[in-house]
Amino acid sequence: MKLSIKTIVAIGIGAAVFIILAKFAAIPSPVPNTTIQTSYAFLALMAIVFGPVAGALIGFIGHALNDAISYGSVWWSWVVVSALVGFLIGLAAKKINIESGKLGTNKIVTFNIVQVLAQGIGWFLVAPLLDILIYAEPANKVFVQGLFAGVSNMITVGIIGTILLVAYGKTRSQGNSLHREM
Amino acid sequence: MNKTVIEFKDYSFKYHSQIEPTLQDINLSIQEGEKILIVGRSGSGKSTIGHCINGLIPFSHKGDTAGTLNILGQDANTLDIFSRSKMVGTVLQDPDGQFIGLTVGEDIAFSLENSLTNQKEMHSIVKDTAAMVAMEEHLSSSIHHLSGGQKQRVSLAGVMVDDVDILLFDEPLANLDPATGKSAIELIDRIHKEMNKTIVIIEHRLEDVLHCDVDRIIVMEDGRIVADMDPDTLLASNILEDISIREPLYVKAAKYAGCELTANMKPAHISTFDVNRCRNQILSWYNQFEAASFTSKSERILELQNISFSYGSGGKTIENVSLSIEKGEMVSIVGRNGAGKSTLSKLICGFIKPNEGKILLNGLDITNDSIKQRSERIGLVMQNPNHMISKHMIYDEVALGLVIRGAAEAEIKERVEKTLKVCGLYPFRNWPISALSFGQRKRVTIASILVLNPDIIILDEPTAGQDLRHYTEIMEFLSELNQHGVTIIMITHDMHLMLEYTPRAIVINDGKKIGDTSAVEVLTDSALIQDANLKETSLFELANRLGVKNPLDFISRFISFDREAKQKWQ
Amino acid sequence: MAVEMLSYIERNTPIHRLTGVTKLVCFILWSFAAMLTYDTRILLFLFVLGIAIFIVSKIKLREISFVLLFILVFLLLNNAAIYLFSPQEGVKIYGSSTVIADFFGRYNLTLEQIFYQFNITLKYFTVIPVALLFIVTTNPSEFAASLNKIGVSYRISYAVALALRYIPDVQRDYQSIALSQQARGIDMSKNEKLFKRLKNAASIIIPLILSSLDKIETISNAMELRGFGKNNKRTWYSARAFQTGDYLTLIVFTLILIISLVVTFYDGSRFYNPFV
Repeated sequence: MKLSIKTIVAIGIGAAVFIILAKFAAIPSPVPNTTIQTSYAFLALMAIVFGPVAGALIGFIGHALNDAISYGSVWWSWVVVSALVGFLIGLAAKKINIESGKLGTNKIVTFNIVQVLAQGIGWFLVAPLLDILIYAEPANKVFVQGLFAGVSNMITVGIIGTILLVAYGKTRSQGNSLHREM
Repeated sequence: MNKTVIEFKDYSFKYHSQIEPTLQDINLSIQEGEKILIVGRSGSGKSTIGHCINGLIPFSHKGDTAGTLNILGQDANTLDIFSRSKMVGTVLQDPDGQFIGLTVGEDIAFSLENSLTNQKEMHSIVKDTAAMVAMEEHLSSSIHHLSGGQKQRVSLAGVMVDDVDILLFDEPLANLDPATGKSAIELIDRIHKEMNKTIVIIEHRLEDVLHCDVDRIIVMEDGRIVADMDPDTLLASNILEDISIREPLYVKAAKYAGCELTANMKPAHISTFDVNRCRNQILSWYNQFEAASFTSKSERILELQNISFSYGSGGKTIENVSLSIEKGEMVSIVGRNGAGKSTLSKLICGFIKPNEGKILLNGLDITNDSIKQRSERIGLVMQNPNHMISKHMIYDEVALGLVIRGAAEAEIKERVEKTLKVCGLYPFRNWPISALSFGQRKRVTIASILVLNPDIIILDEPTAGQDLRHYTEIMEFLSELNQHGVTIIMITHDMHLMLEYTPRAIVINDGKKIGDTSAVEVLTDSALIQDANLKETSLFELANRLGVKNPLDFISRFISFDREAKQKWQ
Repeated sequence: MAVEMLSYIERNTPIHRLTGVTKLVCFILWSFAAMLTYDTRILLFLFVLGIAIFIVSKIKLREISFVLLFILVFLLLNNAAIYLFSPQEGVKIYGSSTVIADFFGRYNLTLEQIFYQFNITLKYFTVIPVALLFIVTTNPSEFAASLNKIGVSYRISYAVALALRYIPDVQRDYQSIALSQQARGIDMSKNEKLFKRLKNAASIIIPLILSSLDKIETISNAMELRGFGKNNKRTWYSARAFQTGDYLTLIVFTLILIISLVVTFYDGSRFYNPFV
């Protein structure tokens, strides 16, 4: 499949934004020493706007580059999960059709069902399995880790992701019934 | 010799997203080797003509066309965007968006890479082209170490590697300081003369482009061509005034004085302009005014004492700067890009803390106050309004700061509505911000700061990218606020803004304060002008050529007359 | 949170002189070897070799100290977590239990557990020097060309180049947006309640996203106007030709991977078991 220039640029810039959000826009969470990652809310929006392939690549490139430049090594198991989450959420792009500008309650519900399912598969299942496979880490540890990451990302995407989606949707609607009020 | 390279015939264009056509009945032909300037207000269709020539219309922006467009003798409809890019090279307005390579060499090579040029050949073409724009010493420099002017030269080289016949410049002066803009215009002129390219420049800053000769000026208004003539004839006419495009200041002065200009007085350039034919008129016009006087204020509101600051281990970004701002003043801070102007404003707002020195507000030391504490008193309006706007509706955006501070709903409503009225946005209060123009958005951001009742507002380049009408709108609005007692500090490299609206100017260079005097004096002091990358105003040269004894006074009188005249058509 | 970033450190060493492609392929081979094996002998061998290569590269420890510090803290926490969750994992893997200290319940400290956790840590230590080197000795300009050469489509390779190019721009935008929103009183820190914190974060992210979408528009126009995507291939200004050193390095690294795999799986298990 040939990606359009705009999709390629969206992947590149999307990955850059993903990295900056991951590095700078992490919000302190109620659990000590952990942060809430706003970058996944952004990833979800990009996946809805630009589709599954862009979603997967933004997750992959963004996560891998961020690991590399911030930590000097790449945690491939979790990188793969970011790509998968971007891809799965992107599958709902057609159904949500955000460019139409009409974002009713049922579309917001669809978005949240999809994001919860996608992240469930990713963080509860794939991430722990890969950790066991690659690093032979204890099963109960990696499942708890995945559970925590998954739940906190589901909440973040559920709140911030929804806000972003609605905000983006509003910029797409053509306001042609505007008139000045005195 | 007279080969037509671009020809529009009865051409019209309508964007799919719009109801009215953006271009109507365009008939325009451009000959090989000509240098053309297209002027017009924002929304006049001048950029759209550019997009039609380089192929972004119809390949990137969709719409309906009628009539014909031929480029180098071929029907544009039969050309794809790639063959179009071999004919027309476009230098876009935003240098950071156009510079896609990590280094100078890579960026210049971008187009060659796409057409599968082999590496050895590519390196030699890149080297030769870089030499044409004097960037051959910087081939391995990263983009992040270049100045705005250098980035633009790289962009130019990047389109010249294709040996295109037509070079199209979309608002080349928009992001440059005055002196850099001047050298950009000189570079374009050199390329035009040495390589016999056809040059099309789209720009509304007419006087700055006319620093070098152009063959013809096309004036656009409401999607139509309203004039297509040589610069001398155009400047002698009233066409520009009618559509409120800023004429060169010396021309304006002559017109205010009631001179009848003709094309053979050569008004296109101050040095060719035949001032003798209207000397008496201008002088008697000048003598009829009282000398302008500025009332000096007395109460100090903000004071910086020996402020120094450096980012990390590098040299000092700000070195021992002391200045004071009086209550109710309107002041410019000027200087070249990277001189430290923005750092200074960040220090004042508390985004960064000085390594040495003190900041006083109303006589109280605020050096250690937090961003939030200072924000109650000092507001900062960013250059790009899109960097500040996060709400969908105007009302909510303006209310945001109050909502966050937990103000009562009734109070919020009252203050927001009052601010919206002051800013002329009240009729739009229930509009989405996305429906507003750039200038209106700027107003929304000013309103969102103003609503917090700050004592001082700092604005970073308040008029960047605005045409004369929007510029006047924003600036008149700001000076009205100023008259209501708000102290205003502006960071700018628009010299006209400084002359026209701020009696005092502070000049920063290499992190040091090198000037603090009246705006008129700054713009007539050649040492300051050179250090700060500014440009002398043509009024100064006019005054000298007329033999006026006190050129500074001449400029001041012109400015106050001009402001009154413009307020009338506002 | 590490706010500093690793970037290319220019030196003239044999490691720097290798082409980006060689370094990329070697990094991948090495990662595979280190990921697949749990054989202590192999891991030790790779670790020592990794340190040796690191010394050749003349990269100084203090240039990467902030990353090392982060990794050490991470490994410490990770080890603690493993012990907390599964103190007898080593016993399960190696099939014997040599208790050296009695603690309550299942938290008996065994030699097997220590050896297992030592192996996990060692595994990280084999990958880290090489990964770090790959990042700080590869010129970013060459990176996209290298990806393309090993078979990634040039479009996706270029997306990676764009990400590297625009990270500083996006960072600058983010910082100015965050500052101007803070000046209006928007707070993302612990001073606010969680839900409000999340909402406040959105008001910083929204302007960043909208201005990034504008950027996407401008950049794609610029690329289109300069002929990107015209052909099925493209050439690269910064690509470098293979030298003898590149071929040799590739052969050596391929052999390392093969030998590691053979030694590791010779006895049918990923783990080297000293307890039998």
